[in-house]
Amino acid sequence: MSKPSKKFDSDPNTTGHVWDGIEEFDNPMPRWWLWVFYVTIIWGIGYVIAYPAWPGINGATKGLLGWSSRANVAAEIQSAEDKLAPINAKLEAAELTQITTDPELGPYAVSAGGAVFKTWCAQCHGSGAAGAIGYPNLLDNDWLWGGDIENIYATVKHGIRNEEDDDARYSEMPAFGDDYLEDDQIDAVVNYVMSLSGEAKDASVVAAGAEVFADECSSCHMEDGTGDRAQGAPNLADAIWLYGGDYDSIKETVTYSRYGVMPSWGNRLTEAQVRAVSAYVHQLGGGE
Amino acid sequence: MAITLGIYYLTPLLRWDRGSSLPDQAVLIDIANRRFFFFMIEIWPHEFYFVAGLLIMAGLGLFLFTSALGRVWCGYACPQTVWTDLFILVERWIEGDRNARLRLHRQKKLDVRKVRLRLTKWVTWLLIAMATGGAWVFYFADAPTLAVDIVTGNAHPVAYTTIAVLTFTTFFFGGFAREQICIYACPWPRIQAAMMDEDTLTVGYREWRGEPRGKGKRTEDSDLGDCIDCMACVNVCPVGIDIRDGQQMECITCALCIDACDEMMEKVGKPRGLIDYLAFSDEDREREGNPPKSVWKHVFRPRTIMYTSLWSLVGVGLVVALFMRSDIEATVAPVRNPTFVTLSDGSIRNTYEVRLRNKHGEDRMFRISLKGEPDLRVQLEGTPYEAVNVPADQMKNQRVYVIAPAGSEPANGSLTDFRFWFEDTGNGDRVHKDTVFNGKGQ
Repeated sequence: MSKPSKKFDSDPNTTGHVWDGIEEFDNPMPRWWLWVFYVTIIWGIGYVIAYPAWPGINGATKGLLGWSSRANVAAEIQSAEDKLAPINAKLEAAELTQITTDPELGPYAVSAGGAVFKTWCAQCHGSGAAGAIGYPNLLDNDWLWGGDIENIYATVKHGIRNEEDDDARYSEMPAFGDDYLEDDQIDAVVNYVMSLSGEAKDASVVAAGAEVFADECSSCHMEDGTGDRAQGAPNLADAIWLYGGDYDSIKETVTYSRYGVMPSWGNRLTEAQVRAVSAYVHQLGGGE
Repeated sequence: MAITLGIYYLTPLLRWDRGSSLPDQAVLIDIANRRFFFFMIEIWPHEFYFVAGLLIMAGLGLFLFTSALGRVWCGYACPQTVWTDLFILVERWIEGDRNARLRLHRQKKLDVRKVRLRLTKWVTWLLIAMATGGAWVFYFADAPTLAVDIVTGNAHPVAYTTIAVLTFTTFFFGGFAREQICIYACPWPRIQAAMMDEDTLTVGYREWRGEPRGKGKRTEDSDLGDCIDCMACVNVCPVGIDIRDGQQMECITCALCIDACDEMMEKVGKPRGLIDYLAFSDEDREREGNPPKSVWKHVFRPRTIMYTSLWSLVGVGLVVALFMRSDIEATVAPVRNPTFVTLSDGSIRNTYEVRLRNKHGEDRMFRISLKGEPDLRVQLEGTPYEAVNVPADQMKNQRVYVIAPAGSEPANGSLTDFRFWFEDTGNGDRVHKDTVFNGKGQ
């Protein structure tokens, strides 16, 4: 076991280090490897000069070539926009009602509008456009302000109850609970409204509610409760409730009123994007 | 060689009528439109398993031929061999036979004759190589149109790149690399050995007859065998082996050594077949002076029968699958965001993304209807009709709504099974898909 290992004539010299009888050969690194190493050092120096490299307090050194990943992304976005410019121009020039049936613009508007929707609209209306309490479901066939493409376009472009845009759709429901109606009047009108969509209620209460409704509500919601799109007054006789259709929700609405706001997208999106997202919403299932 | 080359160069020129809107090239891999055409068969990307099946069959076929007949693929069908043979043929026409070629190769002085011969040879090779690359791209686009485009310089850069790459590889592999490809680059010679056994018919040397080899006259008392060690078999070998050393990886079963040896044997008045197609399991019989077993007994053995039946099994499976497939296909994906929508009148609506594939050369109308629940009603997005036109050889996405009236069982229930039917209004062909309706009671 303690016999020293045999050395061959071709063995290189040792470094002179010995640990427990183990010696270390002095093998030089392969020449090609060394050269590659030196070249990488030189290349590294060049890279540091040419490209952003050393981190500083306000960002890294800029490098002589002025390269930046943000500029790359901006250039890519720009080139994509340039490519889409002709069809966007067509979209902006087209008649709104013609967009959905146009064999070229229709599919483009729907897919481009889908992207716009998922970026800007999905936060409130949901990625599937099913809405939520207070945010209308865009899939159904019930529309507050009209469901043809021109009305959808007007809503998207100018928004609803938006103070930044003078053309925004506007209407306001009074809060009837503010010493205006008595509690029993509110209770009666809520019962009447629920009876409109087929919920069986106490006939005498409903009759009392009908009187209140005719006096206070019918100017906007119409005498039969079917609403008025010109004022964004919801149809109260159908199965769809923006803020909930149970007694408590309706009572809350009557007492305190509601004030749903939608941004005006004409300020933020391009005309082509507004048109595209209008076309997208129009074909979701409820378009008129 | 002529057969394989002929198939390769002429196939793209074959025509096959598929109706007005489809290409009429018999064999076409249409990558841009993602279709593969093979005579009357048209394969869409999701049917790629047919290609996988064909590759499995090709593999098993190779196994079968290898175990029965040795390295025949290498010798007769492999493109590397075929093109090398073609290049050698050209070389022979231009530079003369082997000895003349050797003389030219060894000649150090670069005189006019050598330069002329070399240039003619290389230019011819290059032309063949370019034709090879050119034929390759014809499989991927309409051949006559592309041919015109290539010559006039209007073809896509990809076509030119492909041609350039294949021209270079053909020129280099066929003209210069040759057997080096088989020996160093190709895995098949190594794999092949596993498929062969002593019953495999292969090119071999009857060592028991030839040894001990030796030059000189065979006298009564000489113990020399039939091999006169003339080296004819070694000289003709394209891959540079000595067949008398036994089976070798490099051998491509070209049988040139058989011809060379037979010629020699006739000259020295010995029977032919010292080098021959033979099976090594016959060695013992032949040593005793018996004739070898018949060829069929070598070919039919459990191993080859196994390969054949596997091959046929896959083949039958593919043919059955081919005839079973419908030329309408539909997929139905229920939209789950949201699962249902309440409509103004209280009815419940579900949405389904339907994809319809029309695998015909003509436009077709498909009627979409459903079965299973009398309460449910179908409505199509963007059209008041219940039928939709799917253009020829295309897929169409159609959003389909299914509506259950307020208070009906599907509307109030949780899940209701039903079946979509997609029917060609022209000829009544139809397919179905089962899916579910989400009610509000979940």
